Amino acid sequence: MTMVASPPAISRRDYSAALVGLGSFIAFLLFVEALIRFGFLNRFIVPPPSEIVMSFGRLFAEENIVHRFFFTAGECLLAGVMVTIFGISIGVIMQRFDLLRRACETWVAAFASAPLVLTYPLFMVIFGRNAWTIIMMGFLSALPPVILKTIEGISGTRKVLVNVGRSFNLTPGQQFWKILFPAALPTIFVGIRLGLIFALINIVGTEFLINFGGLGQLINDLAERYDLSGTYAAICFVILVSVVFFIALEKAERWLRPVD
Amino acid sequence: MASSAGSSDAILVADDIVVRFETPEGPITAVDNVSFQVRPGEFLSVIGPSGCGKSTLFNVIGGLLNSHDGVVTVAGETICGPHKSIGMVFQEESTFPWRTVTDNVAFPLELVGMPKQKRVERARHFISLVGLDGFENRYPGELSGGMRQRVSLARTLASEPKILLMDEPFAALDEQTRLLLGDKVLQIQQELKQTTLLITHNITEAVQMSDRILVMTYRPGKVKRMVDIDLPRPRTSEIVGSEAFGRYVAEIWSDLREEANRGMRDEEKSALRREERAS
Repeated sequence: MTMVASPPAISRRDYSAALVGLGSFIAFLLFVEALIRFGFLNRFIVPPPSEIVMSFGRLFAEENIVHRFFFTAGECLLAGVMVTIFGISIGVIMQRFDLLRRACETWVAAFASAPLVLTYPLFMVIFGRNAWTIIMMGFLSALPPVILKTIEGISGTRKVLVNVGRSFNLTPGQQFWKILFPAALPTIFVGIRLGLIFALINIVGTEFLINFGGLGQLINDLAERYDLSGTYAAICFVILVSVVFFIALEKAERWLRPVD
Repeated sequence: MASSAGSSDAILVADDIVVRFETPEGPITAVDNVSFQVRPGEFLSVIGPSGCGKSTLFNVIGGLLNSHDGVVTVAGETICGPHKSIGMVFQEESTFPWRTVTDNVAFPLELVGMPKQKRVERARHFISLVGLDGFENRYPGELSGGMRQRVSLARTLASEPKILLMDEPFAALDEQTRLLLGDKVLQIQQELKQTTLLITHNITEAVQMSDRILVMTYRPGKVKRMVDIDLPRPRTSEIVGSEAFGRYVAEIWSDLREEANRGMRDEEKSALRREERAS
């Protein structure tokens, strides 16, 4: 009867991994910098990382980057909340009704690979040239992975756990909230993570295409001005949005389900 | 040593249970005319070879399988689904990995709306009963297989069932752990005077714990005979070294050997048939 030791919350290994990751990234930037300075890469195609770093100050001073960052992050948050509510609900309904699932699952999967961003003119006609067009594009592109992973997570709940619920005479609502949902949570979160990636890509892409809103519009402006270092610096802020959402999602998952 | 069904003051009565399944090879009778009774406070084991319908019987008595003929009653009440008087412990690992040991054990108490502080106190009592003091705030993933099964047992006991129904709860554990957990179950059963129905294929486990053992035939699963185990109580795993224990094990094995052989031959034939069909 051996007991498995519980790992400490943040181990030395975690710190080491973070340090190695950061070190590798810095080494990569130095390598690119060296390639450009020694003429192996054209600085008019790839700006030196040092110039990108120097252009951050300009973005803060001249391009209103903080406002744009929060604008794009806000759109992403709203799309994320909507996709979580509607994606999980649709997934649960499809999992519950087998005919609906068999009829629609392939369509949902096909929808995931459709280049939705190209339908932006349609959304502009419906919502106008405003944030709702961008949010809806993000929301719709994020739906399929959340729906599919919700179905997968609930269907994959071990039968014995369902039987435990049945043996305690749980109502269908209790069975869902106390067993199926927590059991499916890790898989559902995989879907939400994938969905947010799709949402962010489409949100920034639509901002870029309709020249409206936050970081996507700024990237468009800077690219048209051929301000390459500024463009890359603005892209760094898109990555920052993604990082912030991933950290928030991880915290939410740990709060809802402290262990795997 | 052999006896028929129990007395009329039985708390659990299975009467003429028949279960049939449709398979690609045609209908199969998994359980055929099985009748028995369990008296209050009694420890009854159902033993039989693989494929004799033990787990099917477990599902019927637990109310998880309703497509059967015959009647199961608990204290005179006919079972039409899971019954609050029956607490089930499953063969597979069934703790909730997202809940701590305390929250797992408190699960049935949470369902009846017991206030948090009271249910934590009750849960701690049952955790202590299964010998898991000090592990209250651990998650199942941090425990061994035997400890997790004890959490499942404590969770079921916390619902204070009249009948504890267990389906090979120690099947996945090594022999030493199994014997020690058998001791723990016996101690709890004697302490709570808990009526217990154990489904098992392990003769040692059945003899170690039971007052009576129902021996089943290979498919279709029928009652071959009921054996009274007249060993002194309170019992521990030390009893496995006694001469009387050895006699019971030998006696039950002689009943089971023929059935187990039949099962093995049947499985070999099925495998050959499948191979022929595939080729």
